[in-house]
Amino acid sequence: MKYLYLVWSNLKRKKMRSILTILSIMIAFMLFGYLGAIRQGFSQGIDVAGVDRLIVRHKVSIIQLLPEAYESRIEQIDGVIDASHQTWFGGIYQKPSNFFAQMPVKPREYLVMFPEFLLSDEERQAWFNTRSGAIAGRGIADRFDWKVGDRIPINATIWTRKGGERTWEFDLVGIYDGAEKGTDTSQFLFRYDFFDESRQFAQGQVGWYTVRISDPDRAAETAALIDAEFANSPYETKAEPEGAFLQGFANQIGDIGFIMMSIAAAVFFTILLVAGNTMAYAVRERTNELAVLKAIGFTDRAVLGLVLGESLALTGLGGAIGLFLAWMLVSAGDPTGGSLPMFYIPVKDLVIGVVLIGLMALVAGILPALQAKRLRIADALRR
Amino acid sequence: MAGPLIWLSQIASVTTFNIRTLPQRLGSSVTAVFGIAGVVAVMVGVLSIAQGILQTMDNSASADNVVVLRSGSNTEMMSIMRGEDVRIIAEAPGLACNESGAIASPELFVIISLLKRNTGTDANVPLRGVSRNALDVRDNFQIIEGRMFDWGLNEVIVGVGALIEFQGLEVGSTITVAQEEWPVVGIFETGGGLAETEIWVDASVLQPAYRRGNSYQAVYAKLESPDAYQEFKDALTSDPRLNVKPMRESEYYESQSAMLYKLVTGLGTLIAVIMGLGAIFGALNTMYTAVSSRAREIATLRALGFHSSPVVISVLIESLLLALIGGVIGATAAWWVFDGFRAATLNFTSFSQVAFAFDVSSSLLVRGVIFAMVIGLIGGLFPALRAARQPIASALREF
Repeated sequence: MKYLYLVWSNLKRKKMRSILTILSIMIAFMLFGYLGAIRQGFSQGIDVAGVDRLIVRHKVSIIQLLPEAYESRIEQIDGVIDASHQTWFGGIYQKPSNFFAQMPVKPREYLVMFPEFLLSDEERQAWFNTRSGAIAGRGIADRFDWKVGDRIPINATIWTRKGGERTWEFDLVGIYDGAEKGTDTSQFLFRYDFFDESRQFAQGQVGWYTVRISDPDRAAETAALIDAEFANSPYETKAEPEGAFLQGFANQIGDIGFIMMSIAAAVFFTILLVAGNTMAYAVRERTNELAVLKAIGFTDRAVLGLVLGESLALTGLGGAIGLFLAWMLVSAGDPTGGSLPMFYIPVKDLVIGVVLIGLMALVAGILPALQAKRLRIADALRR
Repeated sequence: MAGPLIWLSQIASVTTFNIRTLPQRLGSSVTAVFGIAGVVAVMVGVLSIAQGILQTMDNSASADNVVVLRSGSNTEMMSIMRGEDVRIIAEAPGLACNESGAIASPELFVIISLLKRNTGTDANVPLRGVSRNALDVRDNFQIIEGRMFDWGLNEVIVGVGALIEFQGLEVGSTITVAQEEWPVVGIFETGGGLAETEIWVDASVLQPAYRRGNSYQAVYAKLESPDAYQEFKDALTSDPRLNVKPMRESEYYESQSAMLYKLVTGLGTLIAVIMGLGAIFGALNTMYTAVSSRAREIATLRALGFHSSPVVISVLIESLLLALIGGVIGATAAWWVFDGFRAATLNFTSFSQVAFAFDVSSSLLVRGVIFAMVIGLIGGLFPALRAARQPIASALREF
């Protein structure tokens, strides 16, 4: 207890310096947390990808369509439980910058394929019963302030309706929640049967398939079987695990994770320098007092602990406030106004943050602490 | 001596005194300098990404070129145009002509999956079907290796940016399209710009391969002069046979990059602001330390009759000097590391890869240094005021 009081008094001695040091450490950890969220946003939800799901797309590129008839053929392949298709709609809601995924799907199959999309029984039923019905994720519904019952007009950029009409109107019959934090709640889903009969061209063609397999350990094998099934047909496929597919997509954006981590490292190094220097300065300034403490019976180890405690108090306080502020900032929404569907600080990053706080306290405090420990009373008092 | 002269000489002497004693405070001064340098380097670095993207789009556009898409499409990939539409567009007034008629190139735009070199995973690479006029529309086009493809054959040429970013595009290799192997026969450049990330092939070869019949996706055309745009646009939009959206190339490319540019700039600015705050705290700490370690000296000067304003100004000068050094180091480092650094990312709007080079422009460097000076100013101001306000008697008594 008395040590705690001593540490506290020492911090109060130069209030301005302590506050400024805490503030700069706070900034470092705020940035750390924020960058963690951005990285998460760019990762496209790889963390929550289903291990028992494959994505099957056209071999040449994902923009090329596959026949709807592939569904039953895929389902007959050994190791496949179920297949369900999606198609990229790519329409515009109000203005082009309001970017989000819109996809026609078969409702029953889709909800079975993606059990992490939680929808109440009434809403499910409403969707099954309404041809023009659509459901939206909680995130996207909140972003545009949609309520169940709203009529949502979306302008097609690819899929014009029969007769060349571009505006599609959907009735919002449900809002789904994500079972996990990383579940994508930015999707807008409507019915494939409605879509297929209304679109002007390409009837019976779909974007890609999501396939549930019985044995995740044999994912590569099953994927190879699927590709073999359609080899040398006009529509050759490429099947890969959902995680690999998402990873590939994230890689397309570029190594954002690497850039972010480089920045974080640069900032950390800088702040470490600042904090370490401040700590060293504070100890040097108090050489006399530390000697007095030792003279009145404080052990070397106690003095070491005292200086390290001070370091820990500074980084702990700054780090905790910083992570908290990052969390608040992230909760306020992503900087692009909603383009990053999964924007939150992963728990893993929080844990790393806490470890870093401890590490930083140690690194910044250890040199001055050792210096203080080694201090010889007579020398110090003579100065 | 006159009043102002005394004042100036006081500033000069306090400042020289401060700067002479800098080595004694080397540790904390160097920390502040490096802190600021780090912030400036990161800021300049991140913004140079945005600048590079902008530059690429800029290089793509020519003032007298237009792009025509189906109305309602905001990017080529989503557009579709019948052969009939293309013929009508080529007859519109205002277009420049060559020996074969109006300079209008109907084109196809699809993507194919190729492996990205640095990650080894699939990336969406644009494959463009062009017609003969494409080379007249794009003034800067030139083959830098190999040869142009033969019209009507399954041969492709590859942009220099695509060659760098993706595997298997060297002259002599082949790409697989529609279950056929198409040889790469040449490498081209277009003076920077988006096209350098693309692979080109004869549109009439691409049409059957993608079962596109006689349809296209966009028409690129050259105007007689930039002023002819309105006439051309009016003719197209008032034609009842057409349902198209003409745009100047500059407008088109700006819309293509807007989202990516905003994302990078938004993130970059936010990170720079947060880091800047951190650097301000660092600078404040350094300057407070500097001032408090000299409290007695400053008090002595004031007791000798120095005014407080020279003290304030000299502290500010010291802080600004440190910031300037930090800013210059940071900006130079950013220029050294990032300028010309090549990368490719996914442009969401066109759903395809765009290769670009980080561009550390001189204005960005200036902005970096100014940012550093602002940090230095704020970091020096409060400690300076404190130094000036300190009661002489108590400061002298302190040790």
